[in-house]
Amino acid sequence: MEKVVLDAHNVSKVYNEASAVPVHAVNNVHLHITEGEFTALVGPSGSGKTTLLNLLGGLDRPTEGQIIVGGVDITGLKENELINFRLHNIGFVFQSFNLIPVLTARENIEFIMLLQGATRSERERRVSELLKAIGLSDKADARPGELSGGQQQRVAVARALASKPRFILADEPTANLDSASANNLLDMMVRLNREEKITFLFSTHDQRVIDRARRVVRLVDGKISEDTQ
Amino acid sequence: MLFTLAWRNLWRNKNRTLITMASISSAVLLSVTLVSLQRGIFDNLIRNVVSFYTGYVQIHGKGYWKDQTLENCLPLSDSLLQSVLHTPGVAGVAPRLEAFSLASFDEKTKGCMVVGIDPETENEITRLKDKLIAGEYPEKGGQGLMVAEELAKTMGVYTGDTLVLLGQSMYGSTAAGKFAITGILRFGAPDLNQRLVYMDISAARAMYDTGEGVTSLIVRPTDETRFRALAATLLASLSGEADVMTWEDKMPDIVQHIETDTASMYIISGVLYLLISFGIFSTLLMMLAERRREFGMLVALGMKRGLLARLAVMESVMVAFLGALAGILISFPVVWYLEKHPVKAWGALRETFERFGFEAVFPTVLQSDIFISQTAIVLVLALILAGYPAWHIMRLNTVQAIRS
Ligand SMILES: Nc1ncnc2c1ncn2[C@@H]1O[C@H](COP(=O)(O)OP(=O)(O)O)[C@@H](O)[C@H]1O
Ligand SMILES: [Mg+2]
Repeated sequence: MEKVVLDAHNVSKVYNEASAVPVHAVNNVHLHITEGEFTALVGPSGSGKTTLLNLLGGLDRPTEGQIIVGGVDITGLKENELINFRLHNIGFVFQSFNLIPVLTARENIEFIMLLQGATRSERERRVSELLKAIGLSDKADARPGELSGGQQQRVAVARALASKPRFILADEPTANLDSASANNLLDMMVRLNREEKITFLFSTHDQRVIDRARRVVRLVDGKISEDTQ
Repeated sequence: MLFTLAWRNLWRNKNRTLITMASISSAVLLSVTLVSLQRGIFDNLIRNVVSFYTGYVQIHGKGYWKDQTLENCLPLSDSLLQSVLHTPGVAGVAPRLEAFSLASFDEKTKGCMVVGIDPETENEITRLKDKLIAGEYPEKGGQGLMVAEELAKTMGVYTGDTLVLLGQSMYGSTAAGKFAITGILRFGAPDLNQRLVYMDISAARAMYDTGEGVTSLIVRPTDETRFRALAATLLASLSGEADVMTWEDKMPDIVQHIETDTASMYIISGVLYLLISFGIFSTLLMMLAERRREFGMLVALGMKRGLLARLAVMESVMVAFLGALAGILISFPVVWYLEKHPVKAWGALRETFERFGFEAVFPTVLQSDIFISQTAIVLVLALILAGYPAWHIMRLNTVQAIRS
């Protein structure tokens, strides 16, 4: 029996609704994600990828539709409940500058667990585990400025994992990386997905990245035009 | 964690933080120094004025201040004297009997103010002995007169001459006496230098027939700063038998002057702090613009806005606190130095001061409350200003912030 982690139903986001030229950034999207998926959200720039990911992650509210994460309709949550929900259920990786510049790699990963109120021993154990998983144990005490772009993104993935979320949303995580670093990051994500059953939903418009996804959801003008599932 | 984060964030833009701190420090330095200097000058002025003639606290017979006749004098019985002397906070007392009289020598007659004193206690309060320029300062119970310099000159008298004093006794009859001049006094204030004649209080009581009566009893407090409280205590313990006045009651124009001057100092301080507030505020605006995306990201990850706002407030308060602390560490030696080596007046100002027998110096005072209040002002300002970033964070649009 497959476990559903995300169920988006009839989701739309309209910008400038009242104006003469409303923008239908996301238009009537249905999306069903089960545990262990490794899905790429693809489409040209402006097709609505970021908007959709923001809606699915509870950062933004849809104009219409339902988004159910782990059985909870997050469109009905209040701002503070939503922040708390994100903290415990969703991992985020952004395109760039993900990390707090004044904290070391270790502290950046630990930070999210501090917000969750995890105990010190729990934090220490998990952080070193994650640093090992992303292959950066030797960079634990480096600040983001001392890490390469690829290393920073790997730390960002580790931080997203630290909170033990239901799934990870990554908005063009490789967009600012050279191809070697992008490959490296993808290798790591694939491995985490395979070995740890981590669910990934990431957007991209890079064909080499798309090729490594097991499922591809294509957006055109805010509508799903293709779903390989 | 919040503290570590705030502390490290402070040093993200080292130069900006240091400039902000430096501006806060200099405002504190300037403010502390000005306030300390002003308070020092006033304390000095008060000390001068008070020791000049009135003392901090005076006791009068009822109604004497409004109608200064001997009829309203205060019967200073021994028990009254003892009870005043034993009131807590009283260091000493000096009785005075003042009466307007005519002084004659040869063909010349001039109006003068005769002041009967206890030479010893009077000197403790007004340092009368220092004003003696010829002759000798009398012992208690002496019979001679000390005449003000200018008065002696117009009368054409000097030590060794005999002066006739003519006045009115307490009962309205003629009071007269012949006294040898044993000393000449010089006063800075011209009107005093033309009018004053000193004699022993017992001689004055006898001549004006006041019995135990004195016109005023000058009270010297143990703690000069607590003279108001002392006046209140005395008034209560005298239970309506006498009037008690402080130097402030007697010289309202000086009090007025100090108040006006203090108010203008507050305005200067206010402008100073307003200026640094603008500085701090613009720093906060820059900080917000630079970290907008980061704030958005932190909220996205699940950091409560309230916690993030607290971080921002903590950062501002830390900068303000460190700036104020540095300002105090710098101003402390400055104020201390100016207390030990006061600024001296020069030129015409100096002459005026010295003519009145005042020291022409402007010392500061080293008082902890000044340092504390200036630090408090800076911290409160920082708290108020930090309200802006806090408010900004509370209504930050996360999605737009991340896109920026
Ligand atoms: N805040 C906004 N106001 C108006 N239009 C917006 C806003 N945010 C995004 N859009 C529009 O929504 C569409 C989808 O944008 P986006 O989700 O960023 O696409 P992608 O991430 O695929 O490039 C674009 O046409 C964009 O201009
Ligand atoms: Mg995008």
